Amino acid sequence: MQSLSKKFNQLKNDPTISSKRGRAERKLKEWVFALFRTALVLGISYVILSPLIGIIASSFFSNEDNYNPIVYLIPQSPTLERYITSIMRMDYFTVLGNMMLYVVGLTVLQVIVCSMAGYGFARFNIPFKRVLFACVIITIVLPSHTIMYPLYTTFQTFNPLGIVGLFNEGSSVNLLGTPWPVIIMTALGVGLRSGLYIFIFNQFFRGLPKEIEEAALIDGAGNIRTYLQVMMPNATAAIVTVTIFSVVWQYNDNFLGRLFNVSDDILLSRRIGSLQATIANLDQIRDPSITTLYVYAGVVLMILPLLLIYIFMQKHLIEGIERSGIVG
Amino acid sequence: MKLTLARKKSIVGLIFVMPFLIGFTFFIAYGIITTVRMSFSDVIVAGATSGVEMSWNNFVNYINAFTVHPTFPEVLGTSILNMIIDVPLIIFFSLFMALLINQKFRGRTIVRAIFFMPVILGAPAIANALLAARAMMVGGVSPASPEVMASLGSNLNVDVNYYLYMLSDLAIPETLIGYIVDAVHRINNIIIASGVQIVIFLAALQSIPPTVYEAAKIEGATPYETFWLITFPMVSPLILTNVVYTIIDSFTTSPVVTLSYSTIFSDYNYGLGSVFSLISSLAVCLILVIVALILGKRTFYQT
Repeated sequence: MQSLSKKFNQLKNDPTISSKRGRAERKLKEWVFALFRTALVLGISYVILSPLIGIIASSFFSNEDNYNPIVYLIPQSPTLERYITSIMRMDYFTVLGNMMLYVVGLTVLQVIVCSMAGYGFARFNIPFKRVLFACVIITIVLPSHTIMYPLYTTFQTFNPLGIVGLFNEGSSVNLLGTPWPVIIMTALGVGLRSGLYIFIFNQFFRGLPKEIEEAALIDGAGNIRTYLQVMMPNATAAIVTVTIFSVVWQYNDNFLGRLFNVSDDILLSRRIGSLQATIANLDQIRDPSITTLYVYAGVVLMILPLLLIYIFMQKHLIEGIERSGIVG
Repeated sequence: MKLTLARKKSIVGLIFVMPFLIGFTFFIAYGIITTVRMSFSDVIVAGATSGVEMSWNNFVNYINAFTVHPTFPEVLGTSILNMIIDVPLIIFFSLFMALLINQKFRGRTIVRAIFFMPVILGAPAIANALLAARAMMVGGVSPASPEVMASLGSNLNVDVNYYLYMLSDLAIPETLIGYIVDAVHRINNIIIASGVQIVIFLAALQSIPPTVYEAAKIEGATPYETFWLITFPMVSPLILTNVVYTIIDSFTTSPVVTLSYSTIFSDYNYGLGSVFSLISSLAVCLILVIVALILGKRTFYQT
């Protein structure tokens, strides 16, 4: 008891804790750190945003601004014409609606299938687990153009194990030009970057303590219930991360959509790819430096929904996890 | 039939993995087999509708890749070397940035959105649209090289080189300025290439329960101890993820993949192009196995 009060007195007299000077020192330290952080974040933000600033600024340029060498970043006679024409030529709102439906559907499918596979690899003793997991790695590593040709022919004459033939009088179906090839591949865990998501989920599940699911199993929950009601809620951070990536990359997909010739009524990414040519032909604008301005407007239009989705998910989901602290 | 618990569990595990295995067998494995066949063949593109014809030619393509092709071995080497240099830098940088923007400060939602921008801007459709637009300006079709994508917009923003070379007016030696310019450019590329990793690290940091930190604080742990004893082990599984992702990302945008692509689609040499992608993929897989062995032992899993 005595030693405790002695220690208390010692602490009370410790200059770094109680005295005004100590407090000021700590304040100063915090302040210097905040300054350092702000400077660093600002600098890096500038590096990241600088191309975007140029793109946004130029998307408001009128023709005169474009030809005027004195104009830099701030247009003298700003115009919304680039946006209006781009929205019209891309059929922006209709295609965006279709695209969102398509992307969200694929993302849900991808999160379910990849989290299942990730959980399977993380927690079960599957025979030949190492070999099978190597398959996941191969899926990620293999440059996608390598298997373009086989994929194309597979879906051109789609008849796996003759199953399709049973319903189609023995002949195969051509799925090219429809979204089905992408949907089938995503549902079977080999969609766009699925391997990476399986890997992320696998690492996340392995990082979770085993006790939580053991408790669920002891309480009599089946494997599937454990997965749905115990593991998935605990992996919210992983789900949010994968969802964000999946949405961004599906939305921006330039590979599967083009390979399988998915209609550009669904894919905004194909619309932006052809925007410059469309505007050059339909609006008879031949100067590439002007048509580029339309592309910039189109790019801003494409980025906006993604950014809103990201901010929404960050704010509502991730900070929600922080507050509740589900894990552990 | 009576099944032991272990058997039963492994069957349940197989069910969880089943969709992926089916997909892998039907699409990826089939694709790889076709590619391997092509790499051993003379491939003739017979026309848009009738596909390709293959005729077996033993190891000719493989021998050609290493002895006849003028640049393949060199391009493969530089690709791998660049990867080895960039990966640690990107990992350290992204972990550091994730720690920094995971703190509580005003405007962090906006800052996180900004740090997410490279992921969006680097995504294929947008990057290609910008690239094509720029190529039109310059005239001609430019190859979709990742370096160009990374330095996207460099002719729009403030020209850093211009300011750096102003230093030469101060009689600073040219070589020194060159080095500074080089460093600045590498920083730029690393920032652009770290978007995905930062998001993954943020998720890892956010899934650490705050109670652990509270306990550590009550026990009197210093920030240094807190980082090395709590934060670092807790994010270590995702350090492995990020290393793997960074290696693969750096590979899929590397010159060797571009070379394989152009060999197939510009020169219509399916056989040789297949050899390039197979060999480089194999090399990357080997690197991944080594990395996984080194890092896997040091990774902390809660068991």
